[in-house]
Amino acid sequence: MSAHGASADGAQVGQLARFSVSPARRRKDRLARASILAATTVALIPLVLIVYYLMRKGLGSWSESFFTTDPTGNTFFGGSNIGGVKSAILGTIEIVALASAIAVPVGIGVAVWLVEYGRNSWFAHTVRFFVDVLTGVPSIVFGLFVYIVLVVGTGSTYAGYKGSIALSLLMLPVVIRSAEVVLLLVPAALRESALALGAPRWRVIFNIVLPTALPGMITGVLLAIARAAGETAPLLFTAAYTHETNFNLGAFMNSLPVQIYNDVTSPTTAVVNRAWGAALTLVTLILLLNLIARLIARRSRLA
Amino acid sequence: MEAASIPTGERSILERSPLARLPDRALKYGLTALAALILALIVYFFIRLVGQARPAFAKEGVVGFVFGNDWNVSAEHFGALPLLVGTLITSALALLIGVPVAVATAIYATELCPGRLRAPLTVLVDLLAAVPSVVYGLWGIFFLAPKLQPAEQWIADRLSFVPFIGGGLVTIPNYFITGLVLAIMILPIVSAISREVMSTVPADHKEAALGLGATRWEMIRVAVLPYCRSGIVGGAMLGLGRAIGETIAVTILIGDAPQLSHHLFSQGYSLAAVIANEFGEAQGIHRSALFAAGLVLFVLTLLVNALARLLVVRAARSKPQAPAVEQRGAGGLLADAAAGA
Repeated sequence: MSAHGASADGAQVGQLARFSVSPARRRKDRLARASILAATTVALIPLVLIVYYLMRKGLGSWSESFFTTDPTGNTFFGGSNIGGVKSAILGTIEIVALASAIAVPVGIGVAVWLVEYGRNSWFAHTVRFFVDVLTGVPSIVFGLFVYIVLVVGTGSTYAGYKGSIALSLLMLPVVIRSAEVVLLLVPAALRESALALGAPRWRVIFNIVLPTALPGMITGVLLAIARAAGETAPLLFTAAYTHETNFNLGAFMNSLPVQIYNDVTSPTTAVVNRAWGAALTLVTLILLLNLIARLIARRSRLA
Repeated sequence: MEAASIPTGERSILERSPLARLPDRALKYGLTALAALILALIVYFFIRLVGQARPAFAKEGVVGFVFGNDWNVSAEHFGALPLLVGTLITSALALLIGVPVAVATAIYATELCPGRLRAPLTVLVDLLAAVPSVVYGLWGIFFLAPKLQPAEQWIADRLSFVPFIGGGLVTIPNYFITGLVLAIMILPIVSAISREVMSTVPADHKEAALGLGATRWEMIRVAVLPYCRSGIVGGAMLGLGRAIGETIAVTILIGDAPQLSHHLFSQGYSLAAVIANEFGEAQGIHRSALFAAGLVLFVLTLLVNALARLLVVRAARSKPQAPAVEQRGAGGLLADAAAGA
């Protein structure tokens, strides 16, 4: 019953009113909760729209030749023979594979140092701070850096491996931070037991700490790879753009994000459609990586 | 003094031989060198960038470069104010739109949502981070911008008396649409950090509020939000850092016109976009000016990130109940997970 009626009536009803929430407060509560729910719904709308549009536009341009031919660069005649994205898919895989081969060992090495040796020393804090700085650096600035050092610095031109180095700089902080978190979760008792049995430090790290932390570290690595695979900016003036498929990381190399970026600005509809198809391919690849990372994370509960 | 009579060089049976200790030493110093390498790399990076940017700064002066309102490549005038303003307007818009929505999502996920919905909701919001920025740009320019243009024009016409918002012709690429897409892009990271901070609010605080008769909303307002304030602000700053550095989506959406626009719905340029767009064909002083723009961008994101760290650390420190290391760790992992794009 409403509080107004209750206060006018007998003592017993008044007793109830003392514990009930006034209509104004209840209205406010409802309003606030409704707006929070509305905002949450709003947050999910873009995801639905993006997925819907990617499917609608992208699936249309998927075909066998889309995956098995290189882009021809021929955009005239209404784009009748523009080719597919084979070189872009292979290029992305090659560039990201090399980037991971650089960033993963270095990143895990630094994380092991932070947890096993550096701990709370001033130097460890400095390294952590610089890793955080690295996290905040815009990806295009990494591209500039690699350009200065490896393109201008060596007096040469763009190459796939230079793109890989730019991406590995981008992956490094993600790998370090996620590996550090997982390594910290390895119980100290495990380390101490191994040390007490006479194992040297390096064997404790390689035979006890790293295997225990492995699933969690794989999750972090996969998330870092997923992040790097979608990056365009660092590749623009490091790996550049080419049409042909090639397996030489020392040469110009195509990649999915750069291909999409180039196609977006095209006035030819067929080329823009190819961008949608390439975008759907890229998002599918990245979602798969994320999914695998999540599954591995769920399997391993270190804590 | 029996111990002194032991000949030097002889070791106890418990000690390892120097040879067996070698891998240990090697690992320790090797890993330390690796960690030092990161520091050296960033310092080297900064020095090289300054070196490349120097000709542009020498020509325009540092203040003249940063605050000069004239970016004219053919006349070789490089004043980055239109770019700086474009970066700041779009990032501010992203915060204005993105942060309230992200915080509301976090509140819903941690306090209001039925338990069964929590995990799927979190995954869906995090999925936004898995979309690459070039795909956001593609979607924004071909779907969102044309769809919203009539609405933007309507607003610009109705609010023509408001400076900066009203009047003028609405172009398809503009500041507003860029800010809107950036808001979507920073939503997952701000939401993930807010969620992380909200989950550290002690249950007794919330129960105390509810026990005193507070409604759910009053409980959120008096117990949850004040406790999380600095953490949320820190998360928002990290989102701001990301918005400032975002390149490809902005290049596609902002229109790439080096002008200081007088209203929200017209084209502009940003620091990151100018590098992505002009670097390919830039020569000489123009190229140096782009490096200088990169340096300004770098310093800007550095400031924002340092501020964010300070706020998050202070938030963790002011709460003895929440172990600082764990909070930093879990927050970091989640933030990195959300950093997909």
